[in-house]
Amino acid sequence: MAEKELQPKAKAEVPTTAERVRPGRVFLPAVDIFETPEALVLVADMPGVSGDKVALDLKENHLTISGEVGPPLGEGETIVEQEYFSGDFHREFHLGSIIDQTKIDATMKDGVLHLVLPKVEKAKPRKIQVKVG
Amino acid sequence: MPIIFREPGWEPLRELEHLQRRMDRLFQSGFGLERAPWRVGVYPLVNISEDRDHVYVRAELPGVKSEDLDITIQDNSLILRGERKIDTEEKQVNFHRRERESGFFRRVVALPAMMQPDKVDATFKDGILTVKLAKPAAAKPRQIKVKVA
Repeated sequence: MAEKELQPKAKAEVPTTAERVRPGRVFLPAVDIFETPEALVLVADMPGVSGDKVALDLKENHLTISGEVGPPLGEGETIVEQEYFSGDFHREFHLGSIIDQTKIDATMKDGVLHLVLPKVEKAKPRKIQVKVG
Repeated sequence: MPIIFREPGWEPLRELEHLQRRMDRLFQSGFGLERAPWRVGVYPLVNISEDRDHVYVRAELPGVKSEDLDITIQDNSLILRGERKIDTEEKQVNFHRRERESGFFRRVVALPAMMQPDKVDATFKDGILTVKLAKPAAAKPRQIKVKVA
């Protein structure tokens, strides 16, 4: 694969539905979603969010991901040049397949959330053997 | 014969850059518009801040491993180099969404004041890189006492 140079992108803001209590912006994290025969895997970029500040909620097939970031500047700091904005992350998904809620696995590392949502037995693809009569 | 007055050390390009920065700030503060990221055009985007003793350069680099990150100080600039790798690229899976990108990057950041290269500290936490540079003594604010005669 040829080497590719990364291009800067502004984070997309979440369209507001309700007013927020906490001040600041809310962004949509960039995600990769892929499917293996056993599970649905979701990977989301949430820079600045530590593992204990991630909230996941799955109701039936409605998945909500949110992450809170800490203050972007230390005490007594003033901004000189600002190219990006910091803020919390929030995104919601409707899942197509049925998820086994007891076996969900979530890890947060270097600002990336890795979520493995195992499918229930019924939703896994099966090969059907045709018997020769 | 026309006489052209030229101040010593007058750099027209630098003046233009200063003017552009000031215009940007004016737009940012007065009209509620933001400095567009495409203006910079290089990954990663950085925020520069300062306090009394230090200058901080921060960049959002989610998913970049610290061993794939290379930070250099050269003259008066900070060079951020590295590569963002995505593990799933080789695997045979079916994608529903693909918004995250992989690739290499190289960004040169001009530092606001002459820095002491031996006093640089870099931390990488939760996908945010913070480079902390100590200000030289000459750039620090000084308090001047008024003597009573």
